[in-house]
Amino acid sequence: MNLSFSEEDLKFQDEVRSFIADNYPADIKNKMDNGIPVSKEDIQTWQKILSKKGWFAINWPEEYGGTGWTVTQKHIFQNELANANTPTLVPFGVSMCGPVIYSFGNQEQKDKFLPGIINNDVWWCQGYSEPGSGSDLASLKTKAVKDGDHYIVNGTKTWTTMAQHADWIFCLVRTETTDIKQQGISFLLIDMKTPGVEVKPIITIDGSHEVNMVYLDNVKVPVENLIGEEGAGWNIAKFLLAHERTGIGGIPTLKREIRRLREITSELPLGDGFLKDDDLFMDKLNKLEIDLLAAEYSELRTLAAMSKGGHPGPESSILKIKGTDLQQGLSDLFVEAIGYYAHPFMSEDDLASNEGRIGPDFAANIMPHYLNMRKVSIYGGSNEIQRNVIAKAVLGI
Amino acid sequence: MDFSLSEEQQLLKDSITQFVDKDYQFDIRQRNVSSDLGYSSEFWKTFADLGWLGMPFSEEDGGYNGGPTDLMVIMESLGRGLVVEPYIPNVVLAGGLISRLGSSEQKSNLLPKIISGENQMSVAFSEPQSRFNLSDVITSAKKDGDNYILDGYKSVVMNGPSSNFIIIVARTSGKQLEEKGLTLFLLDPSLEGVSLRNYSNVDGSKASEVTLESVTVSSSTMLGKEGEAYNSLEEVIDLATLAISAEAIGIMEKMNEITLEYTKTREQFGETLSSFQALQHRMVDTFMAYEQTKSLLLMCAAKLTDKTEDASKSVSALKYQVGIAAKHVGEEAVQLHGGMGVTDETNIGHYFKRLTTIRAIFGNTDYHLKRYSDL
Repeated sequence: MNLSFSEEDLKFQDEVRSFIADNYPADIKNKMDNGIPVSKEDIQTWQKILSKKGWFAINWPEEYGGTGWTVTQKHIFQNELANANTPTLVPFGVSMCGPVIYSFGNQEQKDKFLPGIINNDVWWCQGYSEPGSGSDLASLKTKAVKDGDHYIVNGTKTWTTMAQHADWIFCLVRTETTDIKQQGISFLLIDMKTPGVEVKPIITIDGSHEVNMVYLDNVKVPVENLIGEEGAGWNIAKFLLAHERTGIGGIPTLKREIRRLREITSELPLGDGFLKDDDLFMDKLNKLEIDLLAAEYSELRTLAAMSKGGHPGPESSILKIKGTDLQQGLSDLFVEAIGYYAHPFMSEDDLASNEGRIGPDFAANIMPHYLNMRKVSIYGGSNEIQRNVIAKAVLGI
Repeated sequence: MDFSLSEEQQLLKDSITQFVDKDYQFDIRQRNVSSDLGYSSEFWKTFADLGWLGMPFSEEDGGYNGGPTDLMVIMESLGRGLVVEPYIPNVVLAGGLISRLGSSEQKSNLLPKIISGENQMSVAFSEPQSRFNLSDVITSAKKDGDNYILDGYKSVVMNGPSSNFIIIVARTSGKQLEEKGLTLFLLDPSLEGVSLRNYSNVDGSKASEVTLESVTVSSSTMLGKEGEAYNSLEEVIDLATLAISAEAIGIMEKMNEITLEYTKTREQFGETLSSFQALQHRMVDTFMAYEQTKSLLLMCAAKLTDKTEDASKSVSALKYQVGIAAKHVGEEAVQLHGGMGVTDETNIGHYFKRLTTIRAIFGNTDYHLKRYSDL
């Protein structure tokens, strides 16, 4: 057992830290620190900065532009990004579609799509869920029928995050109706500009527009956009879901957020003192921090195993459940901390203008965040599905 | 031992339920919420016509002599309909203070207009530093001949934007946290030195930040005796806490019903969600949470009616339990709806938002747990 960083790791940490300090644009930092929503352009700007440095697709193999970092270095990097409160990297291209293409795609596809992802010129979204297919993803109905050198795609995708900004969508489609529903599914890339693709916003309870319905009406897709074999899409989907679940716990961000909450308890007046004098509240904060420590060290154990050549397996389901529990619990504790000032509603536009906030400056996005965090136990394979995975794959029942 | 409603109470419940089912559809509610007023003045008139606004007032004041149990019946039914019209700020808070403390002139000027729905009122009892502590008041009122000069800041004043009168809790003597020295003033918000910052809350209700800068008010606007408002204020907030707890329990009952119905129709893996035992148990748990809380609601209404010695303590027991159950029931209802639970277009998310704000209104679980142990 040795849980401390090596000297090399510490040097690496300093390097990352000073790179962020020197290169993180002040205007984006200001937005992030003050709860002002960041735009697509902001995210793109930041991701391009990382890209240029070669620090964007950190998990990719070096031959495709990855970093070749050790597991510990990747961990340090994520922590530093979170500590500096940089925008969350959009996963659809770099963490999801990219790995699928370099793992399952042919040379032509790699040449065509990987540069756009790693340089941040092309934005991707994920066409998985459908109105009737949530947890039961394999029951999806979107059909792709081969017609010469094209597929004709018809169906509806839902909960498509950032579809309104995306250039391309990677979709699971049904190319064959079979008795076993996992068979006959294919992985298809579709240009969002193709005629017949229509995006309609879904407004969520926090008042924001993150997710969409994507309607596919006789969309003509060249056959060369099929990744892997026809009918092999389910295997790709499973591969991708495992990728999606690692890192979904968001532990580095949670560590920063809990520090922020602790600061806030010294800023929020309570009677003639401060919230930090309230033992009942501080008990809850401390309990949550202990739970977070447990999750953090569980993640480190997983990382350590991976560094010895293991693959993220069912452990990623544990991290997903615990991480999202903590995200939700912490967002609720922020709500409790600010009492009545959680109630005034600020729309995305109000927040963007950053004028006329009600109550403490930091209060404005606390309730929207709590409401928004309800999604994390639903998406990426609901926490119920994750428990099924653990029961089956770990406990063997 | 009899937990059943009287015949009159049952009729009251039926009449509100009928209104909610027939007239208060979700899309109509949403339309009203997004209007400038934030609710329907037409529905408010209906409430007056049906006698709901006069329920808690004495016959002498033009009301129907209703007690805490009647109030509970009204609020539980309004909760089931997610009714946004400001019953608590007007009838329970402002009406409650005026009927307890008002001079006969103040009563005859104001109460008939609350009962008829002509006046909109609110009570400004919280300040940025006070959280839920009613005696924590910095806003000051200094005597100046026949007048008082008000200075201070009141936060998240429910129904502030519509109010013709706002009852201000101000300090005429004593230190920041002292119960003694609190005085109420009936403030006309159009007076010089009063500024309101109006906004919508996340639950669809409206509220204001109220700033008072050297506002001169006549001593005739004082409600009750100088420096002695605390006990009545606490009594009225206790009653309002019962009312909002009843609303929460109506909401939870409805959310459980909607969720159960949804899981019976939504199919995944070739079966309805309701057929999965893991989900059945969770719905049993939210049902039990509702039942447990409902029991405390009935207990609390009975104790407030009988004015028992531990009535206030029972209010804190109830509100603590409401806070715990609201989080549990609300979050589970959203989770069991999956993605649909977080969309703006479905009603479950809006029930959830109101239930979430209720967790804090008149005191969250920490506040009431502490008050329970102190009382």
